[in-house]
Amino acid sequence: MNWFTDILPGIKKKKGKSAATVPDGVWSKCPGCNTAIYSVELRKNCYVCANCDHHQRIGAEERARLVFDAEPALSPLGMEVRPVDFMNFRDGGGGKSYAEKLREAQKDDARREAVFACRGTIGGRAAVAAIFDFSFMGGSMGSVAGERFTRAVEDAAESGAPFISFASSGGARMQEGVVSLVQMAKTTAALARLSARRLPHISVLTDPTTGGVAASFAMIGDVVVAEPKALIGFAGPRVIQETVRERLPEGFQRSEFLRERGGVDLIADRRELREVLISLLSLLRPPGG
Amino acid sequence: MVQLLEFERGLEPLEAEIKTLSLSEDAGADEIVKQMRALRKKRDAMLGRLYGNLTDWQTCQVARHPARPQALDYIRALFTDFTELRGDRAYGDDAAVVAGLGKLGDKPAVILGQQKGRDTAEKIRRNFGMPGPEGYRKAMRMMDLADKFSLPLIAFVDTPGAYPGIGAEERGQAGAIGQCLYRAATMRAPGLTVVVGEGGSGGALALAAGDYIGMLRHAVYSVISPEGCASILWKEAARAADAAEMLGLTAAKLKKRLLIDEVIAEPPGGAHRDSAAAIAAVGAALEKALAQLERLETGLLLEKRARRWREYGEYSEKGK
Repeated sequence: MNWFTDILPGIKKKKGKSAATVPDGVWSKCPGCNTAIYSVELRKNCYVCANCDHHQRIGAEERARLVFDAEPALSPLGMEVRPVDFMNFRDGGGGKSYAEKLREAQKDDARREAVFACRGTIGGRAAVAAIFDFSFMGGSMGSVAGERFTRAVEDAAESGAPFISFASSGGARMQEGVVSLVQMAKTTAALARLSARRLPHISVLTDPTTGGVAASFAMIGDVVVAEPKALIGFAGPRVIQETVRERLPEGFQRSEFLRERGGVDLIADRRELREVLISLLSLLRPPGG
Repeated sequence: MVQLLEFERGLEPLEAEIKTLSLSEDAGADEIVKQMRALRKKRDAMLGRLYGNLTDWQTCQVARHPARPQALDYIRALFTDFTELRGDRAYGDDAAVVAGLGKLGDKPAVILGQQKGRDTAEKIRRNFGMPGPEGYRKAMRMMDLADKFSLPLIAFVDTPGAYPGIGAEERGQAGAIGQCLYRAATMRAPGLTVVVGEGGSGGALALAAGDYIGMLRHAVYSVISPEGCASILWKEAARAADAAEMLGLTAAKLKKRLLIDEVIAEPPGGAHRDSAAAIAAVGAALEKALAQLERLETGLLLEKRARRWREYGEYSEKGK
């Protein structure tokens, strides 16, 4: 919960004050069209700009709130799994260590990590989700993200519930070396076990989904849904640009581009995503469920 | 004489002397032979010292040495009746991934290898060992074959990484790697991998998600290239040496974390100084590992594989 927007929604922009002095969280500029948006409105609109339909990046718990039923309350999964700087990853040269970066990303909540996993209901039907949070070290997948994801998949498999993943990540977490790389195989193998029980995996790709997350569980959902204009790909555009040294095509690696080339099944506006998921879950019911 | 790497420059005078002597008119004379033997001994001792204490960045350079044996060198030397199989049955044939059937000893196997290429023409044809989605789809075909005929899948990993190009993205690079990982998890046959050179991130993992992973002592396997890591951390690819130390990418470091099963010894001075010895060592390691895996009944093999990949991860658990 953002205490600022929730507790102080009454604060209005004072006339004559420059934009620079407006407190964060009350008004914000849409990164898509630069329009100033009142945060209460933005929140009501699922963090989509009413003017240009730009889908802002959102936190994992906010995402859960948008998708799951308000009642019964969500049960978080694997929150006790916490990151460790096991490689003692220091970047010399006065930079921050991994441990420091983790502390910074956790802010005042040590449970925060790049994945928030939970169980709840969507349209009255039980479902389990693993949700990536780009604001936590670029949503990078390390041991904690991989483990929470896997526990969520296993929870779905054991309870016979469908599993939904929401990707928002730059890829593997470099500071955990190959241990982070193998999370790709770990999460994918877990999904194979879910599949063996004939339970659905719906993968929702949000901005951005790249690197090791795109190249593991994200693209192998039974149904792959993307939010509009999300960046989705294996390599980031900058790396590709440096490699091929030619102009990237218009809209390259965006959801619409992928849909045209057969990379995703459908694009869903975030304001309709919950309904899309309810519909998919009703169609892909586990045998006997 | 092999091309010397930066850190081997100290060997130059010795190598030059050896070369001069070997080319001299009386190279066969007792005195010269004796002299050469002494020089070689001195050189080998120096090599031993250098290679016994490689920094991680030096190891990266050895792993990328242009004369290092490549996947096809291993495949041609270790397998009889090698029959190359091509194509992904959808779009094209990716020459960065060599695939086929052959026999290791008397045992038929399905073979995969990432091939960087030797001369310029081959390097270009093979895209420097950087596979596109067609390469990974070809790999999946091989997993299907291994599964159907209960043949072991033997893969040689040597890639800077999956290719970051426009066409590769358009044709679903990320999805192809993800599907490879998925297929590797379900394949009802043993999967064996040896990282023989460079194991570049997800592009390498796609062929290394099976039951046995061996790695040559001076090969590297990393979540990101040292150059890529340095440019993210310090906006300076030139600090790759510092990054290499932090990434834990050597065989010895990976073995410590149980990310690989075995460190395969290399001949003195690296695999590129004695390809035959390196190939023989890899062959022996594969035969031993295969014999062990073949003893497992399929259900147990799959169970062990599932457990192996399930357990990867280092984290704390509050309250436990």
